[in-house]
Amino acid sequence: MYNAISCNIMLVGRFGGGVLVIKYVTKRLLLLIPILIGVAFLIFTIMEFTPGDPAVKILGIEAPQEAVEQLREQLGLNRPFAVRFFDYIYKIVTRLDFGMSWRTKNPVFMDIIPRIPVSATLAFLGIAFATLFGIPLGVLSAVKQYSKSDNVLRVVSTILVAVPTFWLAMLLILAFSSYLAWLPAGGVHSYVGYIMPVITCGGPYGSAILRITRSTMLEEIRQDYVRTARAKGVPNNIIIYKHALQNALLPVITTIGQNFGAILGGSVVAESVFSLPGIGSLVILGIKSKDTPTVIASVLLIAFFFAIVMLAVDLMYAFIDPRIKAKYFKAE
Amino acid sequence: MKDELLKIEKLEVIYKTSEETVQAVNGIDIVLNKGETLGLVGETGAGKTTTALSIMRLLPERTGKVLSGNVTFEGENIFELSDEDMRMKIRGERIAMIFQDPMTALNPVMTVGDQISEAIYYHSEKTNAAGIAARVDKVLELVGISPSRKNEYPHQFSGGMKQRVVIAIALACEPVLLIADEPTTALDVTIQAQVLEMMGELRDRLGTAMIMITHDLGVVAQICDKVAVMYAGEIIESGNMEDIFVSKEHHPYTEGLFGAIPDLASEAKRLSPITGLMPDPSRLPQGCNFQERCSHCMEICTKKNPETYVNGTHKISCFLFKNKEDRGDGDEKK
Repeated sequence: MYNAISCNIMLVGRFGGGVLVIKYVTKRLLLLIPILIGVAFLIFTIMEFTPGDPAVKILGIEAPQEAVEQLREQLGLNRPFAVRFFDYIYKIVTRLDFGMSWRTKNPVFMDIIPRIPVSATLAFLGIAFATLFGIPLGVLSAVKQYSKSDNVLRVVSTILVAVPTFWLAMLLILAFSSYLAWLPAGGVHSYVGYIMPVITCGGPYGSAILRITRSTMLEEIRQDYVRTARAKGVPNNIIIYKHALQNALLPVITTIGQNFGAILGGSVVAESVFSLPGIGSLVILGIKSKDTPTVIASVLLIAFFFAIVMLAVDLMYAFIDPRIKAKYFKAE
Repeated sequence: MKDELLKIEKLEVIYKTSEETVQAVNGIDIVLNKGETLGLVGETGAGKTTTALSIMRLLPERTGKVLSGNVTFEGENIFELSDEDMRMKIRGERIAMIFQDPMTALNPVMTVGDQISEAIYYHSEKTNAAGIAARVDKVLELVGISPSRKNEYPHQFSGGMKQRVVIAIALACEPVLLIADEPTTALDVTIQAQVLEMMGELRDRLGTAMIMITHDLGVVAQICDKVAVMYAGEIIESGNMEDIFVSKEHHPYTEGLFGAIPDLASEAKRLSPITGLMPDPSRLPQGCNFQERCSHCMEICTKKNPETYVNGTHKISCFLFKNKEDRGDGDEKK
């Protein structure tokens, strides 16, 4: 009861000044525009410099020269680089037109949108799994520093952080699909299909969260305020989970946010090994077939989500630490 | 008022790391009666805080260890209590502690009201939110902070106000014994005076016994009934206020301490500090710990631990006085 009350006070106290929060969020969202243009420019340039002619890729190497020329003209590939780039941005800004996929001839978002749920599910489940085992085990590891469980956790987490994703994925398939035949090796016909991809994505990130939780917790439990809490007779588990953990959370949340972004865009490996129809595998497909519009639009979408997640992380900071809130959302 | 509240007997505490063993407290005895204030004086590293943490059983778990000795509080041996009893009945409830640095002693992400109410909440049988809130308001008023500020965070308070919050936390359950570990060291002089005055008033009002840990003899003069001077983990001189501030007989170290205070009555170009440093507590010398810095050092001081010379309530651990008794001559000093 007491906890519920104090929690309510905290919520009201911390997110007062809503107007300022809205102002801050608007500012951050406007800042997104130049960032996304920059991302588009980078990907556009990289795709430009990679070898291979999109027209040849689309028609096949044996296509006659005239057909290739015609397609290049049709796709506008004969115009200068800068003109094409500004045309691309102009169409997005004026008509929200991200172009057509050169591979499927669909507007790019028709290809991308059906894949979002798969990637989003994988990212959410992956980061949830990573957080749920990373934070509690990190706390345990710190509280029982140098104990047997701490040593085991440190070794296992080091290995998991270092292991390449594709290797872990293949090992899991070998064990649970080929040998034990408990889980499907690929596809997402049911949620069972997500189990191994989630472990593959979440394992290494969870280990990273575990390690950062452990090191910040070790720092926090030696702070003076923890001694004050012990001196006033607060039970040990409350000291650890309420006092120390809340102070240790800032770097942990940053890590979670970054990993969430990374899973969102970087689950490419897991998506291809487990043949999940997500955005990651679409990007791979697009790169292979030099489908520039699909690649840029997918990367822009991932960058957009990443930025939103980082904005959420920054807002969480203010929620967790009143000092940061005072600094950025002043004058209530 | 002669009820014995706290009795420390032959307390020895070490800090043990893989490299060295630090002898932080080496067999000290302290008796404190109800309502009395003891000043525990000594320079940095003398073992004052270690003594306090031993009473609270808050020594760093991995390194700190009580080798021998007893701490008896209200007739109960502190070292024999269960962890749960220690938490529930002693810490924050019967014995409270005020820490040295108010800047770091408060949790930066909790409101001060929550931090005070925690102390009350974990020591009350039934939880009554309104009752707790009322007690928080009362204790805040007691230390001179407006209860309307209880939903603010520590960073919104000044140093002196933070120390008041720390004191409010300590007083929240009206403890019988208050251990104040250099409560004014981190504050500037004007705030020091305010905080000390307030602590004195609160003590008189609540009848709390107090151990005032300090290296400032001025603080002792202002607030204490008894004094114990610590040096390298030992109490080298103890007594009531008259013994320390009026009597002419002192341990050479205590004399040094007084020599290092500016005196308004006499004109001096320089203060006379005690030369040298305290011995490394991981390698204490044989014999008296003060020998290297003592201008009266004799041969016997380097061989045997000093005996305690007792004169009424005044106790001094030094061979100087032993000799004087034997020889029976009056003024041997300087």
